[in-house]
Amino acid sequence: MTARLLPFLDDSIKPAPPTLVTITVDGIPTSGVAGQSLAGVILAGGTLGFRRTSALGRPRGVFCGIGVCFDCLVEVNGLRDVRACQRRASEGDVVTLQHDGLPSGDAT
Amino acid sequence: MNGDLLNDVLVIGAGPAGLAAARAARERGASVTLLDSSDQLGGQFWRHLPDARPSGAERILHHGWDTFRSLRDALESDSGCRVIGSAQVWAIETSPQGPGTVHVMVGQPDGVGREKLVFAPGALIIATGAHDRVLPFPGWDLPGVFSGGAAQALAKGERLAVGRRVIVAGAGPFLLPVAASLSGAGAKVLGVFEANRAPALLRGWLPRPWQLLPVAGKSVELAGYVAGHLRHRIPYRLGRMVVAAHGTDHLEAVTLSSVTADWSPISGTERTVEVDAVCVSHGFTPRLELAIAAGCALTPDRFVRVDDRQHTSVRGVYAVGEITCIGGADLAMAEGLIAGHIAAGGLITDDPLRRAVRRRRTFQGFARRIEAAHGIRAGWPKMLNDDTIVCRCEEVSFGTLRATAESSGSRSLRALKLSTRAGLGICQGRVCGRSVEELLATVAGDSGLIDGVTTDRRPIAAPIRLGELAADPKSLQRPSEPMKGMK
Repeated sequence: MTARLLPFLDDSIKPAPPTLVTITVDGIPTSGVAGQSLAGVILAGGTLGFRRTSALGRPRGVFCGIGVCFDCLVEVNGLRDVRACQRRASEGDVVTLQHDGLPSGDAT
Repeated sequence: MNGDLLNDVLVIGAGPAGLAAARAARERGASVTLLDSSDQLGGQFWRHLPDARPSGAERILHHGWDTFRSLRDALESDSGCRVIGSAQVWAIETSPQGPGTVHVMVGQPDGVGREKLVFAPGALIIATGAHDRVLPFPGWDLPGVFSGGAAQALAKGERLAVGRRVIVAGAGPFLLPVAASLSGAGAKVLGVFEANRAPALLRGWLPRPWQLLPVAGKSVELAGYVAGHLRHRIPYRLGRMVVAAHGTDHLEAVTLSSVTADWSPISGTERTVEVDAVCVSHGFTPRLELAIAAGCALTPDRFVRVDDRQHTSVRGVYAVGEITCIGGADLAMAEGLIAGHIAAGGLITDDPLRRAVRRRRTFQGFARRIEAAHGIRAGWPKMLNDDTIVCRCEEVSFGTLRATAESSGSRSLRALKLSTRAGLGICQGRVCGRSVEELLATVAGDSGLIDGVTTDRRPIAAPIRLGELAADPKSLQRPSEPMKGMK
């Protein structure tokens, strides 16, 4: 666990009590706060590597955080290639991490 | 002037520059449509918590928060301004008569079935801002290595700290608010490492110090960060860079090295520090693709060329904010105000612009100082080794890039991009483009690249799905019908 959401009671900006939102990440229920991005919820749930690259199979996760780099692509509710940093988490979102190999000769 | 045409202003981007432009155009009575790809106003500078998370004291996270609130409230309550959020401009078709047509998708980012809109505005104001430039270094593709902007967006927009033990590194004054945000969100910031050394900073900041007097607000802003750092005991070190990130599946440590004035690492000075996140920013890259799509000419140093009215080389098209000069929010707002006023039919000599014109001059001077003090220096490629990924999307290593360029002997960037694949991935060269250009120019030798091509041109400004491309657009949009897409 590395990334962490600041508990609202500790926050100097005096937030109202947050509403929880729960998604699943590769089938594992993961909770965040309403209004968070999928990237934020997944990160705070302890997952840093969101996908593996096609050629070298290297892990990638959130990098630019503002929709520029496309490193945080995930599948959301069956739709592939969604930038997790650009999409707010909705209750019940089903996130599947994408690990795409390069197309091979025997693929159908 | 053609009053009818000029009465209809489209603003792309709702950061400080775009908000100021929209407001100024409204004050002169133009009908305004303001587009932003986010579902919030404010851009990256005023990135804030969503409505779902109201907070009593959010203003302490921001500079100029009251300015933002008053701009936002004025525009959102104004029936003559149509604010459309979650709006992705994906193409602009040029026209000899004026700004051309602007193609927009409205709906969830990267979603399906978004609403397709087309605008043919009388005047177009482009305020698309900038994103961090992060130079490649060994391990920079590991999860746990973030841009400074990512750390900032997650801290201000979600109250999330990207790590527990964090180092902030790179160059420029932006490192300070990144560290402050991380610290405020609960991270332990082990240090802020500025690559430039004291002489460069002094050369940039000290000549004619009296010129800084008019930007006292900026100095107060910086002094506030320094005070914050002292309070949180965050060391600020000069002449050091993160030259490598280590880990298998995620970041575990970074190597810091002292660097020379041209950012060449000094061997023997390396020190490895265990961290779970590193936030890196070496400067900013203007988001030029829409201005280029609109036909705007660029300056030799790759910003949108504007005259004193913020008018570009294309009739009826204005550019404001970081795409004309990396100068910060105050300069962006002055430029926005000028462009909005003139796009709505006003003149540069009009009284309401006097203060903005003066402020623009002052803050441009500030921007030159930042560049002189903190700009990227030529020795940075010495951080790379043959295995270092340069193009993250296509996974092109420095060794492959150099070997392919050397064996082809080509001096054409277009040809080299095709043969190396660097910059051809899904981010369309946004992250690595300028670094790839600089590396290839080094390989090409003294005369550099010769075809005058840059990595900034992107015919489709944002990836869209084929099904959406095929759908029929709604007819031309007029600003009269209210439609507030913001939440």
